[in-house]
Amino acid sequence: MKICITAKGATLESPVDERFGRAQYFIIIESDSGAFEAFQNPYVDGSGGVGPKAAQVLVSHDAKALVSGAVGGNAREVLSAAGIAMYTYRDGGSVRDAFDKFKAGALEHSG
Amino acid sequence: MRLAVASGKGGTGKSMVAANLAYTLSRSREVTLVDCDVEEPNLHLFYPAPAMTTDVTVPVPVVDEAVCDRCGQCAEVCQFGALTVLPERVLFFPELCHSCGGCRLICPGGAVREEPKRVGTVSVSTPLPNLTLVSGMLDAGDIHAVPVIRAAKKCAADSPLVICDSAPGTSCPVIETLDGCDACILVTESTPFGLHDLRLAVEVATGMGVPSGVVINRSDGEDRDTLEFCADKGLEVLMTIPFDREIAAIQSRGDLLSRVRPEWQAAFSDLFERCGRLAEGQP
Repeated sequence: MKICITAKGATLESPVDERFGRAQYFIIIESDSGAFEAFQNPYVDGSGGVGPKAAQVLVSHDAKALVSGAVGGNAREVLSAAGIAMYTYRDGGSVRDAFDKFKAGALEHSG
Repeated sequence: MRLAVASGKGGTGKSMVAANLAYTLSRSREVTLVDCDVEEPNLHLFYPAPAMTTDVTVPVPVVDEAVCDRCGQCAEVCQFGALTVLPERVLFFPELCHSCGGCRLICPGGAVREEPKRVGTVSVSTPLPNLTLVSGMLDAGDIHAVPVIRAAKKCAADSPLVICDSAPGTSCPVIETLDGCDACILVTESTPFGLHDLRLAVEVATGMGVPSGVVINRSDGEDRDTLEFCADKGLEVLMTIPFDREIAAIQSRGDLLSRVRPEWQAAFSDLFERCGRLAEGQP
């Protein structure tokens, strides 16, 4: 299963970006193998509607779960409709830390 | 002639100036007063009268799910994130839509049509024989102020003399109000905040090529910083209204200074003449 973690850089050692729509990077990890790809968020400086646009990126990449700090109302609606589970990470650590906690079932399921 | 009354800072007295200017001018000619502060219009409080009200609508997309093949081009072309294409259906967020029509144009299968959505109203009344009042009012909870302002201004399109009372600030509603105006009255007050926002408002008017002048309201009698700023920018001080308890009392009971104290009509007539010279580019 693919999960997406919002990040401030393109590697697993990058800090988690707690914003969703305006996150710097989306890191999509294959949860079984740990293989990952990093995508720069094209909407980071968008004037509005960045939440649903970012959610569309996750839909296009077939992610089934999202780990981020806070997800706004419109993005939440898209993600719910697309069946993408949302998990909250606010420990201030790296993408790897968030991924480990996700796999251990230690993150709060927020929708 | 089309005049805008704007300010930057809220509560400086835009509506007071607009209402009194319109009252004074209506004694000798036809005037149309347009309340472009559609998020909180207030000119009707000074001019209560029965009004004809019509809806303002904007076109929003409706996707025919039976025809749509989820190609995603509509979501891609939408600059505002109003459309999201999921594998099974299309989600639409009306509050993000700017009614540009791009989704309908780009849809290769013709699955997108448009329907009108109400965003506010425009009310037209004749509170005085020579005065027409057009009040734009945005629906509560809606954010599409610009189409309501546009509709209100359109009602006054054929009037020879129009005064547009703007919203405060310097964002889209103010730009829409100033657009097409021959001159702009910027109302400020003798406070650091009033001056701070006046600076921003002057930049907007200058950027739009609308000649502007300043009305100092609630003057402390000195207005040192404001006068210095105006001199520096080459802005004419069109009128000064003192910080006066009686003026405040007249205003707060919904009355008009130029009606209660007719001697003020000369000052508002003078303001209008100065605006005319501003519009013609004369010093």
